[in-house]
Amino acid sequence: MDLKGFDHPGRPTADGTLPAGARSVKVMIAGGFGTGKTTMVRSVSDIKPLTTEETLTQASADVDNLIGVADKQETTVSLDFGKIGINEQLVLYLFGTPGQERFWFLWNGLFKGALGAVVLVDTRRLDSSFRAIEEMERQNVPFVIALNVFPDSKEHPIDEIRDALDISPHTPVVACDARDRASSRDVLIALIRHLKERSAVALESR
Amino acid sequence: MSGPSRPLNPSGLERYYVLTGGRSGPGGGSASSLDVATLIISRAAAVPGMQHEHEEILRRCRDPLSVAELGAHLGLPFNILAVLLADLLDAGRIEARDPIPASGAGRGPDLALLEEVLSGLERL
Repeated sequence: MDLKGFDHPGRPTADGTLPAGARSVKVMIAGGFGTGKTTMVRSVSDIKPLTTEETLTQASADVDNLIGVADKQETTVSLDFGKIGINEQLVLYLFGTPGQERFWFLWNGLFKGALGAVVLVDTRRLDSSFRAIEEMERQNVPFVIALNVFPDSKEHPIDEIRDALDISPHTPVVACDARDRASSRDVLIALIRHLKERSAVALESR
Repeated sequence: MSGPSRPLNPSGLERYYVLTGGRSGPGGGSASSLDVATLIISRAAAVPGMQHEHEEILRRCRDPLSVAELGAHLGLPFNILAVLLADLLDAGRIEARDPIPASGAGRGPDLALLEEVLSGLERL
């Protein structure tokens, strides 16, 4: 476990401040409710993960209850995030998306400008991540599938899971333990390698 | 003492209404493309009479800080913060630096960027 304020040589200053010329990149952590998104953000982040909130008025959150409801009701939807210092000038922000996909619209094109996404899957409940996978495909966000292995998960051959999730043979599927920093980092590495391969293919076909 | 009285401990929607002067979003202006990972950097010092939240943003962004972090530290929802940031952007008091996408319009995939991210992650 990394401690806040721990000194990383060659990475942004220990107190987390960025140099004047700093730039950012972002990666999204998606997946169904309870698949370990917040856990992964927490295990791999250099800082204690933070939460940014968005407020919805009751009118837009729940149209059915509009009648007779006082106009000041509000619903809060939160987005957990962390960051990783890549080098002195570059910082990677990780955003764990809200489990309720219908709220993703609240943050200006949440996936726009992201390098890519990790879709976490709980193999005991594959269907909970269907919606997130569909959404990545619809928004054309490149992604890898990370099977978060829970203590009572049965071992499934990766091909079987790939079939069940109905994903393209080009999309990498990796197993991980979202609680473990090294394992979560390896998932991010798998994502960036996948993005590099896609880019190389795209450049060749030009 | 003179001057307008401020509401005592306004909370929730009332507080946001006060902060933004009733505006619910940044409109189509400079801040409409703000991303949660956009870095904000102060370009001017706070001046007397400035709205407290504007002052706070300028103070916290002396070193670059993401919109998401700013929102978390100030306890403000994204769309309210976006309104306040739009004011400061329009006045030239802050600079907003959007996250670098994996491929830019017209220049194709950015392999050097991906390589940079990869080596950073491998050093973790």
